[in-house]
Amino acid sequence: MATTEVVMAGFGGQGMLLVGKVLAEASLQFGKEVSWLPSYGPEMRGGTANVIVRISTEPIGSPVVENPRGLMVMNLPSLEKFAPRVQSGGVIIVNSSLIDRDAEREDCIVLRVPARELAREAGSDRAANFVMLGAYIGATEVVPAEAIEEAITREFTGDKKKFVPVNTQAFRNGLEQARKAVEGSPS
Amino acid sequence: MKVLMKGNEALGEAAIRAGCVHFFGYPITPQTEVPEYLVKRLPEVGGAFVQAESEIAAIHMVFGAAGVGIKAMTSSSSPGISLMAEGLSYIAACELPCVIINIMRAGPGLGGILPSQSDYLQATKGHGHGDYQLIVLAPSTVQEAVDLMILAFELAEKYRNPVMVCADGMIGQMMEPVEFPGEGRGDPLNDNEWALTGCEGRPRRIVNSLYLTPEVLQEHNIKLKKKYDLVAQKEKRWEVYGGVGNFDLLLVAFGTMARICKSAVDQLKQEGIRVGLFRPITLNPFPIEACRGAMDGIVPDGPVLTVEMSMGQLVQDVKLAAEGSRSVQLHGTAGGIVPSPDQVAERVRELLGKAEEKRPAEVLPVNPGWLPVCEQAQADGVPCSEVGRDCEICERAYH
Repeated sequence: MATTEVVMAGFGGQGMLLVGKVLAEASLQFGKEVSWLPSYGPEMRGGTANVIVRISTEPIGSPVVENPRGLMVMNLPSLEKFAPRVQSGGVIIVNSSLIDRDAEREDCIVLRVPARELAREAGSDRAANFVMLGAYIGATEVVPAEAIEEAITREFTGDKKKFVPVNTQAFRNGLEQARKAVEGSPS
Repeated sequence: MKVLMKGNEALGEAAIRAGCVHFFGYPITPQTEVPEYLVKRLPEVGGAFVQAESEIAAIHMVFGAAGVGIKAMTSSSSPGISLMAEGLSYIAACELPCVIINIMRAGPGLGGILPSQSDYLQATKGHGHGDYQLIVLAPSTVQEAVDLMILAFELAEKYRNPVMVCADGMIGQMMEPVEFPGEGRGDPLNDNEWALTGCEGRPRRIVNSLYLTPEVLQEHNIKLKKKYDLVAQKEKRWEVYGGVGNFDLLLVAFGTMARICKSAVDQLKQEGIRVGLFRPITLNPFPIEACRGAMDGIVPDGPVLTVEMSMGQLVQDVKLAAEGSRSVQLHGTAGGIVPSPDQVAERVRELLGKAEEKRPAEVLPVNPGWLPVCEQAQADGVPCSEVGRDCEICERAYH
């Protein structure tokens, strides 16, 4: 049984639940079993919000995992909460636009991604969440990048269709950044 | 085709597919997506959605709709179900079909909004007054929530009895792929010869729960008892996971907890610890014989561990099933805390005295390795990410 999972965490409104859904949709279309479990405490814009997405070749037992293999963090409280829990050898994507602290995980692959700047290059600061998703895919290649781009197209329809290009570009910026970083670092 | 849906929304869509046309309810976390979904969806199928002024009103509106033969439902979370208790007793007394969803949250009182299973006793033995029972179904995945929701309307119609679908905040809030059976929708009317549809040209019908003559009321109670016995005989459902027997220990859990236990069973299997899982799907009628049967598959003196998100409710039925033949232990959490597979596995090791043998956690690859690997990449130990492409991808080093 092949399984992986990623915790995506940030402030409410930063769009971690949304990119989690896009990853889940892409994985489903890619023929995998998937679960998407959000935190649903008394959350609000500005509070913390997180989601754990599990992807597997088999039906998923527990949707909760104490020690995930992947982590994407948008803000410092999320880094402090989740980074110590990532499995050794896991991947941690850190939003360096907002977090200047180190992940302090020598045993993990840590990528610092200037999500806001890369999103701005794509056309909107608000697409920082898709930069992060791109970086995660670039670092792990868990599902093909094309599957994510298709899922972005399916996610934004009707009035929201206009957000497809900027989010796709943001995703690609993150993807490129991570692929370059992974290529450049020693194995 | 499979679609990704939240548990609560999937429950709403399943109700539509089953033929439900009337929903009455009142918002409460963590079930609010059920009415939120139905308020959009019901008008599309010619149905009606009413947000009542309270849960008490909502259940009595269901009572009325059920009385005229219409497939109707409500949904709520724990404190709201308590308010509905009186109505449930009346509906069961009048033998009317309807479906109630309880997306359980932590209690007692207002408690919290996180997942819990602490309404087990309320659902299976409690709520309203008098000698009546609900049929209670407990899904463990979003797909099963859909399947059981459709079954709930069928059983309600067949036995003229309220049926409760009892899930928790986690099933309600999480998204998983689901497939809805068929394209068509069920009949919006329950097949009946009892509904109040206007008596012109036929003898009048009465929906009533008041019987002042003791003998007549007792007759009614005996009739209900016969029905519950028939349900117990025909409708028990369960699952056994982890093999057919020779278990070192048997876990018993339902709903969300059961799927977490499945992961623990798999984990322990790799360490050579044989653990079975018994999962009741019908909480009422409780599959007591099957539960006992699963216990008979444990090695002599092997224990039973009930895992539940409550301080010990399901464990009472498990002890009844064991009839003193096994040591039955409880691993209970509350307050909205959902135990992880690791915690369940740790408790199993403790009970089996194998804590010392615990091996360091295996380091699992981040990349699950299901993407095809080209020859060059394989030689380099580098997975390629794209199907049917040349080796340009593999030039990227992957750790």
